Amino acid sequence: MELELGLGLFYLLLLGFAILMYVLLDGFDLGMGILYPWFNSDAEHDHLMRSVAHVWDGNETWLVFGGVILFGAFPAAYAAIASTFYLPIILMLIGLIFRGVAFEYRFKSDTSKKYWNSAFAIGSSLAAFCQGLMLGTLVQGVPTDFIDQSSFSWLSPFSLFCGLAVMAGYALLACCYLVMKSRGELQHKAARYGQRLVLIVMLSMLLVSLWTVWIEPEIRARWFGGWHALWLIPLPLLSMLAARLLFRDLGRVNRSHKAETAVQQRHEERPFWLASGLFLLAFVGLLVSVFPYLLPRQLTYLEAAAPDSSLMFMLPGIFIFLPLICAYTLWGYKIFAGKIEDYQEGY
Amino acid sequence: MELDVSILSRIQFAFTVSFHIIFPSITIGLATLIAIWEGLWLKTGNPQYLQLAKFWIKPFAITFGMGVVSGIVLSYEFGTNFSKFSEMAGAVIGPLMAYEVLTAFFLEAGFLGVMLFGWQRVSAKMHFFATVTVAVGTWISAFWIIAANSWMQTPQGHQFVDGKFEVVSWIEVIFNPSMPYRFFHMLLAAFITATFVVMATHAWYLRKGQHIDFGRKGLSMTLWIALVLTPLQAWVGDLHGLNVKEHQPVKLAAMEGIWAEKEANVPLLLFALPDMKAEKNHYEVAVPGLASLILTHSWDGELQGLKSVPAADRPNVPMVFFSFRIMVGIGLLMIGVALLGAYLRWRGTLYQSNWFLWPVSLMAPTGIIAVLAGWYVVEIGRQPWIIYGLVRTSEVVSPLPAERVLFSLTLFVLTYSLLFAVYLYFMRKLIKKGPAPIDHLQQQRIGVKASGYALSFTKTLATDAETSNSPATETKGAY
Repeated sequence: MELELGLGLFYLLLLGFAILMYVLLDGFDLGMGILYPWFNSDAEHDHLMRSVAHVWDGNETWLVFGGVILFGAFPAAYAAIASTFYLPIILMLIGLIFRGVAFEYRFKSDTSKKYWNSAFAIGSSLAAFCQGLMLGTLVQGVPTDFIDQSSFSWLSPFSLFCGLAVMAGYALLACCYLVMKSRGELQHKAARYGQRLVLIVMLSMLLVSLWTVWIEPEIRARWFGGWHALWLIPLPLLSMLAARLLFRDLGRVNRSHKAETAVQQRHEERPFWLASGLFLLAFVGLLVSVFPYLLPRQLTYLEAAAPDSSLMFMLPGIFIFLPLICAYTLWGYKIFAGKIEDYQEGY
Repeated sequence: MELDVSILSRIQFAFTVSFHIIFPSITIGLATLIAIWEGLWLKTGNPQYLQLAKFWIKPFAITFGMGVVSGIVLSYEFGTNFSKFSEMAGAVIGPLMAYEVLTAFFLEAGFLGVMLFGWQRVSAKMHFFATVTVAVGTWISAFWIIAANSWMQTPQGHQFVDGKFEVVSWIEVIFNPSMPYRFFHMLLAAFITATFVVMATHAWYLRKGQHIDFGRKGLSMTLWIALVLTPLQAWVGDLHGLNVKEHQPVKLAAMEGIWAEKEANVPLLLFALPDMKAEKNHYEVAVPGLASLILTHSWDGELQGLKSVPAADRPNVPMVFFSFRIMVGIGLLMIGVALLGAYLRWRGTLYQSNWFLWPVSLMAPTGIIAVLAGWYVVEIGRQPWIIYGLVRTSEVVSPLPAERVLFSLTLFVLTYSLLFAVYLYFMRKLIKKGPAPIDHLQQQRIGVKASGYALSFTKTLATDAETSNSPATETKGAY
């Protein structure tokens, strides 16, 4: 397979960037809702929601960005993927609706707070699960007559497992984010859950990797054919290293709490970056497996690409605005840097 | 009855997009109003403006949240329900939406966090900048989505290659013939919608005898704004109508209920029951020649009628006809309110005239109804075409099993009905609670520049709370 350097590849990478940003940012955001049932008091729930209340909107914008880049740059893939995954997409959207409005309504409610708690937890979990489900199906590939009656093809043991795995991954990101944004008992709890989730996520990644290599001969050939394995071996090795460091950092936070000594700042902040690194490596691994397909074994990115007139038109927008977006998003995070306090700021 | 997937998909899109447009219509105008109040507060130091901004930012926040979640649905619904359209026109519509996300959505979302939660973390000027940015973001967003929609109404600048649209000139695509009119018409509509939501609320306070100063300030400002914007909107609307006559004559014929292939000296129908089978109107109440005068600027000007095209190429006439009358009727009512308000102000009896305040306090939803009615004219009036004159809507839906779309449609109807009730409940709650007292606002010490300030402020609060042993009251009572 020859790599053709061109606009198509650029947009494929851009799409990858958008998806990765979405997964990392909305990952910890949705993860907060997945973790929700494991925290019980109102104060803890307040803290969880307040730690992401100012960023959830921006984080979800990356999902819209991914959607419109797919729409504008690969219309055929957008059309095929969206209609193939009709039900999981609709369910994901409904989940996102409930968890999104919960931010506003929960803080303004008195008697209905418990409903908004459920809306946030169930909505976030449903959205994350559906995303994992679609990811699993994409890796697995869908049959040719995909849109028609047969489009329940997204329902398989493998895709269901991927749904749960993505939930665990998002919950891990949320734990690491919480370790950064909280102190005291809550931080201790987050670190403890985080350690368990590292193990669950690593086990899931191992299972998913073996499963795909086993069921998909093309993916097996990609990883083990010729000298490929030699080039690709750093991916699993680095993942294991990141997981090891992550587990150790969270353990240190844990131990500091037990010994009642101050938690060191770098042990609070590093876990989030390590978890992000883990996601990045898994994502690269996924790209290796499915490249050059947007809809595996059906539609490659070159087949789905829009005409050059459209791809060229979007370039200036991307080169001017994407750096700006990254800059002011970072600025937003900086303004709200530090721990979330138990005092309601804002409007 | 056999379920038709094309009808179901169209109903679902109509329902979800109708629900969505309610919220941006309010937030575009409300963000602008809040930015104006914050700017006036910075300029004059009058705390009343801060009170207005800080009160309305709460309804703004829940409205914006509703707009965001219902908007995400739309960005995927093109693909889920109109996959053939997405594939065919994606190269035109997709990049326009990509620009909307790049130049508007991220901007709004990025600065919204600071606008809502950053009062104690950035300087007052920086906060004002964030609010202005959010407001401008909403305008930019309207620009791109109207450009995309207008291209579907009056397409140009493209070519058709292998069953797909390709763009030849982006300038022609974006600035297509109907775009400027529709952009200004919608932007004004959004400003007016928010103006009347605010006006009604403040009139309600005055009628109830609550928050008198606050009520007066808001009512006075919004009446001034309405006095400028509502006549301006009538003028822009008229220009837009002329543009429709030029580019979408069949839509115009449906709006005016004109059946004959060509008709001169066309009457303006105040009321009628259009009958699509008999191809004529019943029970006409008309002003002779007025439609010709308005649309051609001459009493015996000629207009194209519905029979100039085959029945299969006509939209649903009664829906377009009545939606148009609802929109225009509300517009005239708004102009009337603005003029009457100005007259009462001149007489010096505005704040005491309960007979005026009472109906005005009920006008909060009028802008939204007019926006919806206007969009129904636009969208139903364009049928059966999805891209006017080129592609039929029924040809480009996703080939999904009908039951699946029925299922999702049911899910959306249930979810949105529930959410709309919740939205109204919380709006009512916020409005009943009223604004924070002015002295309370000054205690909040907005505009402290150090971002570490929040932390130290919190610590003093925490110690206060410990001594008074009531941490809950501090958070609950925070405005």
